Amino acid sequence: MRKIRVLAAKPGLDGHDRGVKVISAALRDAGMEVIYTGLRQTPEQIVAAAMQEDVDVIALSVLSGAHDYLFPRVMELMREKKLTDVLVIGGGIIPEEDVPALKQAGIAEIFGPGTNTGAIVAFITNNLKRAL
Amino acid sequence: MSQPQEFKEKLAAWQAKVDKSLAKHPERKAQFTTISGLPVERLYLPAETDQDYADKLGLPGQYPFTRGVQPTMYRGRFWTMRQYAGFASAAESNRRYRYLLEQGQTGLSVAFDLPTQIGYDADHDMARGEVGKVGVSISSLKDMEILFDQIPLDKVSTSMTINAPAGVLLAMYIAVAEKQGVTPAQLRGTIQNDILKEYSSRGTYIFPPKPSMRIITNIFAYCAQEVPQWNTISISGYHIREAGSTAVQEVAFTLANGLAYVKAAVEAGLDVDAFGPRLSFFFNAHLDFLEEVAKYRAARRLWARLIKERFGAKDPKSLMVRFHTQTAGCSLTAQQPKNNIVRVAFQAMSAVLGGTQSLHTNSMDEALSLPTTEAVTIALRTQQLIAYETGVTETIDPLAGSYYVEALTDQIEQKAHDYIKRIDDMGGAAEAIERGFVQREIQEAAYAYQKAIETGERVVVGMNKFVTKDKHQGELLRVDPKVREEQAAALAKIRAERDNQAVSAGLATLKAAAQGEENLMPHLVNCVRAYATLGEICDTLRGVFGEYRAPSTI
Repeated sequence: MRKIRVLAAKPGLDGHDRGVKVISAALRDAGMEVIYTGLRQTPEQIVAAAMQEDVDVIALSVLSGAHDYLFPRVMELMREKKLTDVLVIGGGIIPEEDVPALKQAGIAEIFGPGTNTGAIVAFITNNLKRAL
Repeated sequence: MSQPQEFKEKLAAWQAKVDKSLAKHPERKAQFTTISGLPVERLYLPAETDQDYADKLGLPGQYPFTRGVQPTMYRGRFWTMRQYAGFASAAESNRRYRYLLEQGQTGLSVAFDLPTQIGYDADHDMARGEVGKVGVSISSLKDMEILFDQIPLDKVSTSMTINAPAGVLLAMYIAVAEKQGVTPAQLRGTIQNDILKEYSSRGTYIFPPKPSMRIITNIFAYCAQEVPQWNTISISGYHIREAGSTAVQEVAFTLANGLAYVKAAVEAGLDVDAFGPRLSFFFNAHLDFLEEVAKYRAARRLWARLIKERFGAKDPKSLMVRFHTQTAGCSLTAQQPKNNIVRVAFQAMSAVLGGTQSLHTNSMDEALSLPTTEAVTIALRTQQLIAYETGVTETIDPLAGSYYVEALTDQIEQKAHDYIKRIDDMGGAAEAIERGFVQREIQEAAYAYQKAIETGERVVVGMNKFVTKDKHQGELLRVDPKVREEQAAALAKIRAERDNQAVSAGLATLKAAAQGEENLMPHLVNCVRAYATLGEICDTLRGVFGEYRAPSTI
């Protein structure tokens, strides 16, 4: 069985990358392959990277409050590119009341501060949209 | 009581400084007592002062400043209570500032949104979704005029968290002050202006290291002449710690960055004692209470020693770590957020016992969103409680002499110094960051911390122990997405109404200066006066300097 491939991405201008780096390390320790985009990626760049790297999962991290624009924009571009078999999850400083709209837009799950990395590993493993 | 002769002289010098200071400004009270009426002395010393004490701790306001930078510390006056604030539009932030000042806050601290911090106007494509979110949106002098409307800039001191475009925002501040009839020489405040920690920990860089260091030394030189009361940099460990470093790494990487700035300025021909007194620092107040107290004391001593030994600074002010503190945002929990009030109180207390010059206390709801007015008010009250009720302010450096605190202070100084020597061997902080060394050290510490939480080895109350199912019920502050459209419309109006020839001429002169070796500051002031926008100015500089590309470290 091949490894799960994850694109860890920082859309927007936010420079807080502690979370995304910790999660990248945890996913690698759990046996996944992780490609990290680095900071300041546009939604277009993220979707292009996901296609090029042929990933199973995109993990988006935003702590600036711009998730309300950036997350749905990524999903919109993915639909345009017919990238429908990629699991997308998000994390950051995201108020509870924003979660329903983000899920509506197609983000499978939102992980807030205090999430155990094991919960993220389990979620990814159980919710992949493509066969390994 | 036996005191070596040399120490007696130091003691007399301290007493003379105290007397001089008292003649100018009396202490807060004529007599200080405990709540039960016991007298509290200004300073407590060991019964026998040996050489070790004299070398390592000394006296307040004296080298190596372990016991604090002022001769009377908080008996003279409290630290500046300075809450970092700013969101949405300039008008909305102006209202929050005036509210905080009415509530007894004693200095302003401006949070800018990310487009402003990265030098994009509000109508730039990269600004989508970010305008007004983590701070106020400032695109031109017009916004700055609104931001400080009815706030007398000769009376308040203002700290601005701005790095890559710090020169531009300082130029705007100078220009707004001019319109209020306040001269640059009267201005008091701080720009963060610390680009090295942006590369390693915070992410709002624009230009590559070399031109960035040049802009910083330009600001040092300009302010030494024109804005002499301004703190030209706030060398920041705060974000290094937030990115996951240990306390030792926080001290080491901050001071290593500081050494790089001093070296760059000295190499540019500046006298260390001309700009050294205006350097300031910014540390985190994390959870481990006594380690934090020791950290501030160790940082003061180590910096004083390094600057004296390496650069031969003579002005005591060049040797002092004067610092701002913010409580650790990364320690706040989204679960049971009211517990954060208590965490913040302990953290703030550590900063006060460590001798901070100014303080920001986080609000309980900041793991959820920007703070509400109610949450900010409680955070400010926390500082007022420490200052006015707890009594820890009545004597200088009250934890000195604790076997544990002194041992921790020594260890943090030693281990931070070891790191600095390793960074020296790599060629200095900029090189260590370009190699990814600093980032990797921080990442490893962050991951180890997370693993300790997940195994339960480190307890986080309300998160991995004493967990409840309650959800946060309170109100959250939301920034209206319309802010971007409003800002874009206001910008269009400014671009139509200003003297566009003056703008083009100003930008052309700035470009020429950037290509040469002139100080950029007068040109920046010139451009902002003509209402050239932040984005236009930064694009001009991008054209000359290029943009930084971060190395991959994971």
